[in-house]
Amino acid sequence: MPKQIHLAAHFPGVNNTTVWSDPQAGSHIEFDSFVKLAQTAERAKFDFFFLAEGLRLREQGGQIYDLDVVGRPDTFTVLAALAAVTTHLGLAGTINSTFNEPYEVARQFASLDHLSDGRAAWNVVTSWDAFTGENFRRGGFLAEADRYTRATQFLATARELFDSWPADAVVADKDSGVFLRDGSVGGFRHTDQHFDIAGRFNVPRSPQGRPVILQAGDSDGGREFAAATADAIFSRHGTLVEGQKFYQDVKRRLPAYGRSRDSLKVLPAATFVLGDTPAEAQEKAAVVRRQQVSGATAIKLLEQLWNRDLSGYDPDGPLPSIDPDISDAHIARGRASVRMNRDPVAVAREWRSKAEAEKLSIRDLIIETTNRQTFIGTPATVAASINDLVQQDAADGFILVPHVTPGGLDEFADTVVPLLQERGVFRTEYSGPTLRDHLGLEFPA
Amino acid sequence: MPDPLHLAVALERTGWHPASWRLPAARPSELLTARYWTDLVREAEAGTLDFVTIEDALGLQTDRPDGPDERTDHVRGRLDAVLIASRVAPLTSRIGLVPTATVTHTEPFHISKAIATLDYVSRGRAGWRVQVSGRAHEAGHFGRRTLPVLDPGSLNSSEAVSAIQDLFAEATDYVEVVRRLWDSWEDDAEIRDAATGRFIDRDKLHYISFDGKYFSVKGPSITPRPPQGQPLVTALAHAPIPYAFAAGSADLAYVTPGDADHARKIVAEIPIPHVFADLVVFLADTEQEARDAKDRLDTLDRTVYTSDAAIFTGTPAQLADLLLDWQAAGLTGFRLRPARLPDDLVAITRGLVPELRRRGAFRSSYEASTLRGLLGLSRPANRFLEGARVA
Repeated sequence: MPKQIHLAAHFPGVNNTTVWSDPQAGSHIEFDSFVKLAQTAERAKFDFFFLAEGLRLREQGGQIYDLDVVGRPDTFTVLAALAAVTTHLGLAGTINSTFNEPYEVARQFASLDHLSDGRAAWNVVTSWDAFTGENFRRGGFLAEADRYTRATQFLATARELFDSWPADAVVADKDSGVFLRDGSVGGFRHTDQHFDIAGRFNVPRSPQGRPVILQAGDSDGGREFAAATADAIFSRHGTLVEGQKFYQDVKRRLPAYGRSRDSLKVLPAATFVLGDTPAEAQEKAAVVRRQQVSGATAIKLLEQLWNRDLSGYDPDGPLPSIDPDISDAHIARGRASVRMNRDPVAVAREWRSKAEAEKLSIRDLIIETTNRQTFIGTPATVAASINDLVQQDAADGFILVPHVTPGGLDEFADTVVPLLQERGVFRTEYSGPTLRDHLGLEFPA
Repeated sequence: MPDPLHLAVALERTGWHPASWRLPAARPSELLTARYWTDLVREAEAGTLDFVTIEDALGLQTDRPDGPDERTDHVRGRLDAVLIASRVAPLTSRIGLVPTATVTHTEPFHISKAIATLDYVSRGRAGWRVQVSGRAHEAGHFGRRTLPVLDPGSLNSSEAVSAIQDLFAEATDYVEVVRRLWDSWEDDAEIRDAATGRFIDRDKLHYISFDGKYFSVKGPSITPRPPQGQPLVTALAHAPIPYAFAAGSADLAYVTPGDADHARKIVAEIPIPHVFADLVVFLADTEQEARDAKDRLDTLDRTVYTSDAAIFTGTPAQLADLLLDWQAAGLTGFRLRPARLPDDLVAITRGLVPELRRRGAFRSSYEASTLRGLLGLSRPANRFLEGARVA
């Protein structure tokens, strides 16, 4: 039997992948949009629905960034509501381990798992920037080097809370008057560098025991954290060679934690454009890229590398001849990607020579160098690509990110999913009620 | 004909009497399911009640004032109330949903967006019961501060008064921050202007820049202004410090008078649009049956049940008499705490409500689609708008 593919639907995010200007684009905040995407994903038998989170509105040049979608709901609250309009779909949310406390987060996830009959998943993220901290009691208290320590200890603490109620703790026998088997249930005491807490947890054990744990870090520390604690890892390596490298690297870390290769799923994020012919798909993909990168957006993205105000430049003209500003203060705040360019001056030179050689404007260059769609083709070629990547161990499945809210997954659900099902590599019915069932994960003891 | 009164029901466990879980109609093994809460809220909605509240706390239930107990004969364990409300929202359409959320150990930024999101998923039916936690054992779950053990017998000691003042001062700042965050987006901030490529008009988003003794919050919210603008803020109050808090921060207060005169005095201290009295209710076809019902539960529990609120035992018609009598003292409504679920809830929706309707004192159908609307409150102007009231 071939490897089975796992698929998730990412609610379109607050970056320029999401094309809000498309005539089909709906609200990013009204509940109907969340219902629509979740129900499409469930109709297509996806493993789970996924919500990202950011706890401070992004800024660039000291002003709120206004070119992309802005505004999101509270993660827990919208997922709990989605549990009412779906029956099998996993409900995964990003929750920050820096600006929350374990007792509160554990009771929210345990509650969500109860209210969804075992479909909750937690994407554990860490942040440390004082910028986001300005919205919270403790401010930006964490040093960057401590972020995985905090996350590891946070997760370990939450696990103790999830495990503090045995599955059979509640008896509720009306005749004998015994409600609890043991009057000290839920007791915990945890002391480490970040947490010093003790008492009684107040949510009895949930259907999955613990929520499914997702992790998205790409650094060595992030991969190790995932190998130690996560059930699935997001990655940004969706191509065959890069994907295989990442896949092997993550899976080889598992035995050290006494874990099997199957106990951690590797799920790269992926975008897609479908067409009736390969040529039509390529044309549509080019149109979408131009929608994603307007002239104004091109300048803003260029500023993120240059770290300078480039508002005076023409997006249809040549790249700036000055070099990036490599001082510590960064023009863009509140996004993870700004730290990815380790050597901005070298990248800028590369871009400049590419633009000159290929006669590319600023906008052309940005379109060429950023976030091209992962899968472009007919439903048949896209289904084949997805299956090849999974069968060749570049991934265990994909987190699909539609570029239009909320209907951007419809075509994929209607055309690609049936082809995967015909190949026998994707479920035609859910095999169980919980997200652990969908992902083939064991229930924690 | 009297002014119509407003009715809410406080949902808690299998009812407010601690032995109620042992009754034949109780569903104690379903307390952690969505179906349980959905059934109750739908019953309340069938009775055209204004709203339900859902109890919560950041600790395990206990019968001791000073910390957790080890009892095995009472309901223990619960779900997060905001998430219960949200789970029920898509399955109901008119009734207000008012979960309890604690301010003492939580982040105003998180609660603000949670209640705003509840308002989105319910299309304008969200409220919030603000809860202050003075419980030392709950503080221990967070490990960020220690609180003195506040014994109900010595709440007038200077140490206790000072601690309580501090907790309510923090709550006052907290509600202020939540309210500013709700207003931190103007209603028309999302412009989707294709010509300039701008999704929002950032001049219509506002930093709230709150800087207080307990926390600082910069803003704006990550969630746009909710459908009601300002979801309903409510608080339970038993004494002068919380009365002052409710008067300054809430749209609606729940109070616990012992009789109509007492109610009149309390109402004078809380000059806000709505003051509801809380009442624990045991309802039956005859007064004697209602008393017997309470006695049987007290016997089962080997304790005579008492409450911070007055306890009513009687028929729906007698309860209607009492509510109208107390209403004349200035109360605008009542939050009824069913002693037994679902029995006393059903007696409210199918007994009390028709009785009040016959007397012209309660709606026969929902007249508004938002919770504020049901309570006769307009959608407030944004405090950050030019010319609006500055908070």
